[in-house]
Amino acid sequence: MIRLGALGLGLLFVVTVLWGAIQPRDAVPPNVVEELHKHPQEIEWSFNGPGNLGILGTFDRAQMQRGFQVYKEVCSACHSINRVAFRDLADLGFSAAEVKAIAASYEVPSINDTGEAATRKATTADKFPLIYPNEAAARAAQNGALPPDLSLITKAREDGSNYVKSLLTGYEEAPKKWNVPDGLYYNPYFHSLNIAMPPPIAADDQVTYADGTKASMEQMAQDVSVFLTWTAEPKLEARKETGVAAIIFLLIMTALGYLSYRRVWADIKKPKIAPAE
Amino acid sequence: MSFPWAKQYQPQGEFSKFIDSRLPLPRFIYGALGAGYPTPKNLNYFYNFGVLAGVALVVQIITGVILGMHYAANVSVAFDSVEHIMRDVNGGWMLRYMHAVGASFFFAVVYIHIFRGLYYGSYKPPREVLWMLGLVIFLLMMATAFMGYVLVWGQMSFWGAAVITGLFSAIPVVGPAIQTWLLGGFSPDNATLNRFFSLHYLLPFVTFGVIILHIWALHIPGSNNPTGVDVKGPQDTIPFHPYYTAKDFFGLGVYFTLFAAVVFFAPNALGEVDNYIPANPLSTPAHIVPEWYFWPFYAILRAFTTDFLFIPAKLWGVIAMFASILLLFFLPWLDTSPVRSNAYRPLSRALFWVFVAVVIVLGVAGGKPAEEPWVMLSQVLTAYYFAHFLIILPLVSRFEKTLPLPNSISEAVLAKYRKTGSMAPGALAQPAE
Repeated sequence: MIRLGALGLGLLFVVTVLWGAIQPRDAVPPNVVEELHKHPQEIEWSFNGPGNLGILGTFDRAQMQRGFQVYKEVCSACHSINRVAFRDLADLGFSAAEVKAIAASYEVPSINDTGEAATRKATTADKFPLIYPNEAAARAAQNGALPPDLSLITKAREDGSNYVKSLLTGYEEAPKKWNVPDGLYYNPYFHSLNIAMPPPIAADDQVTYADGTKASMEQMAQDVSVFLTWTAEPKLEARKETGVAAIIFLLIMTALGYLSYRRVWADIKKPKIAPAE
Repeated sequence: MSFPWAKQYQPQGEFSKFIDSRLPLPRFIYGALGAGYPTPKNLNYFYNFGVLAGVALVVQIITGVILGMHYAANVSVAFDSVEHIMRDVNGGWMLRYMHAVGASFFFAVVYIHIFRGLYYGSYKPPREVLWMLGLVIFLLMMATAFMGYVLVWGQMSFWGAAVITGLFSAIPVVGPAIQTWLLGGFSPDNATLNRFFSLHYLLPFVTFGVIILHIWALHIPGSNNPTGVDVKGPQDTIPFHPYYTAKDFFGLGVYFTLFAAVVFFAPNALGEVDNYIPANPLSTPAHIVPEWYFWPFYAILRAFTTDFLFIPAKLWGVIAMFASILLLFFLPWLDTSPVRSNAYRPLSRALFWVFVAVVIVLGVAGGKPAEEPWVMLSQVLTAYYFAHFLIILPLVSRFEKTLPLPNSISEAVLAKYRKTGSMAPGALAQPAE
């Protein structure tokens, strides 16, 4: 009885789903966006370690500081990094005094002694302030577009670090068959190809690096991508260090476990010897 | 307890005797996981996955309880509290990655455990209730994992919650009311998040309870084994401890090493990037997909594209998705072959591997956007999925010519050693202890 019912039910499901399968499909118009869209370039990162495998690797402190400088002088015109606290900047190799000085150069919302909304100098415990007080203000100022907070950007986009650098260096002339509306820019790495952000890194030496590194467009894009990888995953180095230690410990434990398993089972699995000929 | 030759617990010291006559917990453990549980001696590594699944649940509970101390289930701060854990809580990043990756590993282990059961016929008499309890655990896991994913309150959390609860709206007449009731409102919001947190905390402990029943039901007939042949006598079994405790310890070592590799070197590889964007009810992601462990079922859900017999396509998809799991409850009565193990069922074995391939490709299709050729592929494979269990397997089990079974487990073990020449000469005559 169960099997008969199953047979009937099975046939019902099979017929129904295959009935859908044989329906004519709507012709899908060729997807121009998909055709023009580019996957991020594969870039070698110091934080990915040897072979770009992601197993070892550390952040280059000088590079992160340069990236922070690019963020501060270029990106922060529109983009916040609101999940990062000033104290976190110690990770970039800044001294306590430097961190304090950086924090003090920012104003954060506050309430004054008489209870009115005011601002005060940031302390190291504060987070980087928002650029716009809210989304409506951002859109009003940005021609309807919303510049996303960049704290998590490299984790919130597919292949994030590669994506950010590819996007920053990827602006190009739109192909003839593609129409870019006014106020937007063509970038094949952007999901819809039309991005509202004007090319942020537009010329060599847009910033002047304190450490004397030549600020080529390529270099600035690379540096700021590393910085934004750090803002999204500040514990990356601790994670990898812990990982290496954990794996070494586990391999030793597993090897010992295997040996004791063989030993315990020795009387069940007789030692392997060649069959007597 | 099952076998008369099972070793009995002998309390040694004064204290052991004192406890044994008052609360015989050591006796219970001894019989359940110790030397008092006779186990077939031919279990292969696939039989490690039950213990691995249990450990995976414990890892989830431990990391989850600690995460719960720092998480805040309120839509205005939930996403921020997760980032607070990642950035400011000591070791928080490790706890969260262990919990997120741990869910994936838990499912991977459970899937292997289920397929092991399918291959060796572990659902057949006398283990039907054991099998069904396992399916209950699986359903509880799915509910728990889904609700846990919503707690992050990222884009995929929010839209996943909207889509999955939206399934219930396909039910005629009462559907929309049920969806509103589940969500506690007309769209996922604070009420949804709060109840999901509450249930996400509760269900693992319910699961734990069902696992105890699952193990209890296991210990009545004892473990199945790769030959599928019943245990005939003491020569077929070895005590669980130290033999399988040692083997499980090694298995755990391998498991934790792989687990650590993903947690520490590729913690986000199994997740969706969209979930690092805070939930925004006004912006729908381009592709809403669940986590990988739901993909085969998601493919089945989306495979039904036409109304049929006055039932709308969406409702067909929902019915089929639930049916794809619920039909497994009837498996012991659909596959009536008296031979348990596929090792002795050549046709059924070939079909098993076809089925595995079908589920994997269904999974791949389920993770893709609803475009050709994936839709067509999902439809054909969904048809096969149902045909496999409801049509093919009942017929095959009836007409298949099976291979001769070994007389006993120890005979099968001896034959294997003889073939590989790994046994000491002269040891062949006497069965191993």
